[in-house]
Amino acid sequence: MSTPEKEPLLSAKNLKLLTSPVGKNNPITVQVLGICSALAVTVKLKPALVMALSVTIVVAVSNVVISALRSRIPDRIRIIVQLVVIATLVIIVDQVLKAYAFDVSKQLSVFVGLIITNCILMGRLEAFAMSNSPWKSFLDGLGNGAGYGLILIIVGFFRELLGSGTVMGYPVIQKLGLYSAGYENNGMMILPPMALILVGLIIWVQRSRDKSLIENK
Amino acid sequence: MKRFSNRYILIFSSVMVIIVAIILSLAATLLQPRQARNLELEKKKSILESINVPADFSNADELYAKYVTDSYVLDYRGEKKEGVDAFKVVLRIEQRKPLEQQNLPVFVASNDKGEKLIILPLEGKGLWGPIYGYISFLPDLNTIYGVTFDHKGETPGLGAEINTHWFESQFAGRKIFEGDRFVSVKVLKSNEKPVENHSVDAISGGTITSKGLEAMLYDCIRKYEDFLKKMLNKI
Repeated sequence: MSTPEKEPLLSAKNLKLLTSPVGKNNPITVQVLGICSALAVTVKLKPALVMALSVTIVVAVSNVVISALRSRIPDRIRIIVQLVVIATLVIIVDQVLKAYAFDVSKQLSVFVGLIITNCILMGRLEAFAMSNSPWKSFLDGLGNGAGYGLILIIVGFFRELLGSGTVMGYPVIQKLGLYSAGYENNGMMILPPMALILVGLIIWVQRSRDKSLIENK
Repeated sequence: MKRFSNRYILIFSSVMVIIVAIILSLAATLLQPRQARNLELEKKKSILESINVPADFSNADELYAKYVTDSYVLDYRGEKKEGVDAFKVVLRIEQRKPLEQQNLPVFVASNDKGEKLIILPLEGKGLWGPIYGYISFLPDLNTIYGVTFDHKGETPGLGAEINTHWFESQFAGRKIFEGDRFVSVKVLKSNEKPVENHSVDAISGGTITSKGLEAMLYDCIRKYEDFLKKMLNKI
């Protein structure tokens, strides 16, 4: 491993930590992690955005904490330590949302607490932060949060637009006058299975554009 | 990977737990006033919505002071109780007590026409969790003036529709008494025969939430039956 002092902060290798989870190594569409919350919070765009932001903050900060402590964390209790760090950060995020973004915290309800069980977090801590420097772990956390968030935002955008006819609560379809032309919202979009189908479509598009993602039989 | 002694592991976990405890209790204490304030505003907003006054967090205080003129707490016989703040009563906690000990809050408001409205709080069970709201009555204490409902986690697009305008607006004008008899309001599916003045349409696909809401209306308002009748005789 190269020494961190000599490597520039945003070297090509480090930048790759940031960009690869957004595309080629996306936690949702390639690793298929964190699907549960992707179904639950994407009915509207706003909670999807807040969820994306919350997960990004929690995964980046917990990555840094675990990475900074990695040589001191006893191997035998490392999973417990990771969970404690994640749980603490999640509770703080939840409390801050309740104090400063009350309506959003009402919409997200239990799903903020469920960030604790989001596989992306444990996955990054165990696979990356335990063996890399804090700066790299931070970039890795940001990248994975962004990759997760990007999918949430795409799914949330389409589900809200097609299911409720709004974007961020703004009645787009109504303003375009499509209702008077006989258009109706697709109630199916609001139900969780459509989120899975949308994620499936994204995976399809991604794989057809990047053949290297397709497994050899 | 280095091997750590049991002693080290014990010390490590103790220190970790203490640090985490300090951070969390700090966060909880520092943010608590703001959270409590949000809950208070939310409650004021709901009460205002039940008398068809749309409010948001920025004007809830002002509108509440303007429209809600009085509030008090009743016991199960409909007698006023002294020394209990109606606004601070948490219905979920009251409902766990035996009926004789329950505090039943009443809010009094007046609308722009100068009519005196009675507002009662509601709390019941939906499909996934609690549902709650407020209902207001015209001075005849029989006709519904407005309602507002909300829920903790009903299914979006189905049960969660109880807090939408189309569902809530059905209630205005419905009556809870038939002569002297308390009948409440039924929430009916399209294949059930509507009862004049006493029924609204259920949410398709949200049957359990709809039925929970019907039970909530019946159970909560019934506790005020004596009070409503007594008050009506006084006027």
